Amino acid sequence: MANETGVSVVDDEVKMECKLGDKSRSDTGVDHDEYELLHSKSPLFFDLYERKSELQKQTHYCPGCGHGVVHKLIAEALQELCLQDRTIFVSPVGCSVFAYYYFDVGNVQVAHGRAPAAATAIKRAGPDKIVISYQGDGDLAAIGTAEIVHAANRGEKITVFFVNNGIYGMTGGQMAPTTLVGQKSTTSPWGRRPANEGFPMHMAELIATLDAPAYVERVALSDNKNIMKARRAIRKALEIQRDGTGFSFVEILSPCPTIWGKDPVEARHWVAEKMIPEFPLNVFRDRKPEIPSGNDPPQRAVADVLGIAPKAAVCGVSKLKPARRLPSRFKDVKIKIAGFGGQGVLLLGQLLIEMGMREGLQVSWLPSYGPEMRSGSAHCHVCLSKERIGSPLVSHPDVLIAMNEFSLRKFANEVPSGGLILYNGSSVPADFVAPEPKVVAIPAAEIADKLGSTKAANVVMMGALLEETECLAPGTAVTVLEDVVKKVDLLEIDRKALDAGRLFIDEQAHVGAVSQPDGFA
Amino acid sequence: MPQLCKGNVAVVKGAILAGCRAYYGYPITPASEIAEAAALYFPQVGGTFIQAESEVAAINMVYGAAAAGVRVMSGSSGPGLSLMQEGISYLAGAELPCVIVDVNRGGPGLGNIAPEQSDYFAVVKGGGHGNYRNIVLAPASVQEMAELTMLAFELADKYRNPAVVLTDGFVGQMMEPVELEDREIQPREKPWAVKGTPETRANVISSIYLEANELEEHQRRMEAKYIRAQHAEQRWELYHTEDAEVLLVGYGIVSRVLLSAVEALRKQGVKAGLFRPITLWPYPAQALVKAAARVHKVLVVELSNGQMVEDVRLTLNGKVPVEFYGRVGGNVPSVGEIQEQVLARIAVTV
Repeated sequence: MANETGVSVVDDEVKMECKLGDKSRSDTGVDHDEYELLHSKSPLFFDLYERKSELQKQTHYCPGCGHGVVHKLIAEALQELCLQDRTIFVSPVGCSVFAYYYFDVGNVQVAHGRAPAAATAIKRAGPDKIVISYQGDGDLAAIGTAEIVHAANRGEKITVFFVNNGIYGMTGGQMAPTTLVGQKSTTSPWGRRPANEGFPMHMAELIATLDAPAYVERVALSDNKNIMKARRAIRKALEIQRDGTGFSFVEILSPCPTIWGKDPVEARHWVAEKMIPEFPLNVFRDRKPEIPSGNDPPQRAVADVLGIAPKAAVCGVSKLKPARRLPSRFKDVKIKIAGFGGQGVLLLGQLLIEMGMREGLQVSWLPSYGPEMRSGSAHCHVCLSKERIGSPLVSHPDVLIAMNEFSLRKFANEVPSGGLILYNGSSVPADFVAPEPKVVAIPAAEIADKLGSTKAANVVMMGALLEETECLAPGTAVTVLEDVVKKVDLLEIDRKALDAGRLFIDEQAHVGAVSQPDGFA
Repeated sequence: MPQLCKGNVAVVKGAILAGCRAYYGYPITPASEIAEAAALYFPQVGGTFIQAESEVAAINMVYGAAAAGVRVMSGSSGPGLSLMQEGISYLAGAELPCVIVDVNRGGPGLGNIAPEQSDYFAVVKGGGHGNYRNIVLAPASVQEMAELTMLAFELADKYRNPAVVLTDGFVGQMMEPVELEDREIQPREKPWAVKGTPETRANVISSIYLEANELEEHQRRMEAKYIRAQHAEQRWELYHTEDAEVLLVGYGIVSRVLLSAVEALRKQGVKAGLFRPITLWPYPAQALVKAAARVHKVLVVELSNGQMVEDVRLTLNGKVPVEFYGRVGGNVPSVGEIQEQVLARIAVTV
């Protein structure tokens, strides 16, 4: 029916009618030679099914099985549309798991129910390819319900052929989501009872409730006329994919004579008499979906996207101040910063390691972890070191920055003697038993408030930390703030906050109003 | 100039530099930054990011992309990894390369979102059905999150097999400087892939072999490549093992604590050393045997109730006493805690 170039030269439908008419004759007892003669095979199928281990001239499908018909209709459509070289056929788990025995196209066999997911990624890898997800009812309507619904909802430009025969064929006749009410199966031995198993699922209707699909139709292999409709639907679905219009879905009511315990002709009648009344044939969707455009991500060079500095800038770094030394009494500084969420606790830690990195130190930052992450309080661990940092966890901080009273009480005991506690408050709470380390109360929130933003309290604390410990250079802090804070007015407040924190410590030192004499500085 | 970033973000940066342009995943704490970074970066460099409807769908999307011959990845944490195990088995069975990042959280069940190393069995010993192996890499720093992700893509392609970057909530959430080179890797050709081209029309991706002999032959072929990987791909790090009398063994975040513990113990006069496996599969067995050759005692430390310790015991085969110390639930032993453990155990020996 097709010439060498794969373009149909005969009126397909007439030819098809003719052949199917012949087939029904062969069903009624025409001899084998005539059967061979009358049923041409699409050139899209392999001549010999060498991927099968035996019986390489015939398929593994039972006589009268709908899969053979659907395969043929798909093969002919692909051939007519000249899509063979572009096609990737995704076969499921079920009787059609071996579709790759027959179709001379690229083949991918996938896990039960997941063909739409795999097809999604195959199509995204090659948007100009023709990707077919071929699925049975157990595959698509039971185990793979989520995958089909979401692939359809994303409007994946794939074509799904859903062969619905109301039963699990390959595994020997268990109930499917599409098994009819009252229909017996090995797992519904009294017939499907809606009270126990629910009702048959109408997948075409379900898919058609979504906005994205372009084409949804249900057809049936009940008689020649309907098979011709199926043929047109299958071809149309593939054309829709070829044209990039959207998601196309064809549900095909299909006979399973062996499992139904019927002969092929009875089985077709059963499709017509029992299945179609439950699953009405219809075009449920046929329109180009309206997909709003906009918000497309910009296309940029990899280095820009990943924040990799160009070589020139790397050279520029060496012009910055040379790697600064930590104050001689430190090999490293371990800092714990704790407070309420929103106080900039985590950010303060990040600013410190950014500064440390720029000063040539090894640095690490670890956020608080556990339920606290989702509630009001937060803390982070910061390590600054001249040497390789082992554990990034700070169990015994040299410096605790406590942004609230809760954190002060919670973590003060972790600070060893010789350590330092910087507390955000006008004074240490009266009942707080000061541990061995030096505790300095800094009214950071008040100071920041006066400067114009309470949020700058963390920067006040940073200023205090730098002045008290000299662990990092204030100049680096300014540079980092300039790079990190994008809003000009906020940057101005942060600069002032940094200075205010330093000044506060400086004045405290002159007044001598520290809470313990055996302090840190 | 190095840049500061979270471990989970470094993974995505490394993946892009490795030529990966396809990410399919589902959010889960503490791995969500991987999906978020992928959502931000991939579309800007011509890549694909899809938030799948589940980890089940995600891993099968990974399967599809791998079948089509592109470098592809996903990221998740324990519960999500459990859902992916069937798909990982299919990927291994169909010999498809991919990279999966497991940011281990507390389990079993919903557990919590704090770090654990309790997915070792699930990742290293299989997890999915059938005879297969994952290549497993265990980063211990943010820099390694990027570098080992890049390596994972190379190894996955080389052996046509899934490669897993097994890390934990701490390494994933931690920020450290990371140095990245603006030099993108060109992935190797994959003539076996199904690309929808005339040249690849004859290709089939499948893991089904109905005949017993066929399936056995397929598995023998897989086994042969696993043996090749075992010979060629063992990676590890040693720290002060030359004269060590006590050998500490740990991977990931624990190895960082152990490194500090080795230093602290040496200050106390205890000759401690650290053996850190970087590949958890293939397990760096020969190097471990060598490192443990002259020690009196091996102490394996994990954030689990004892999983990797089984591989250490198998490797050392009774030649050295192998002891175990584990913390779980999100607790991480402090340096002091490890010191105490070592000192107590030495005291018992003496």
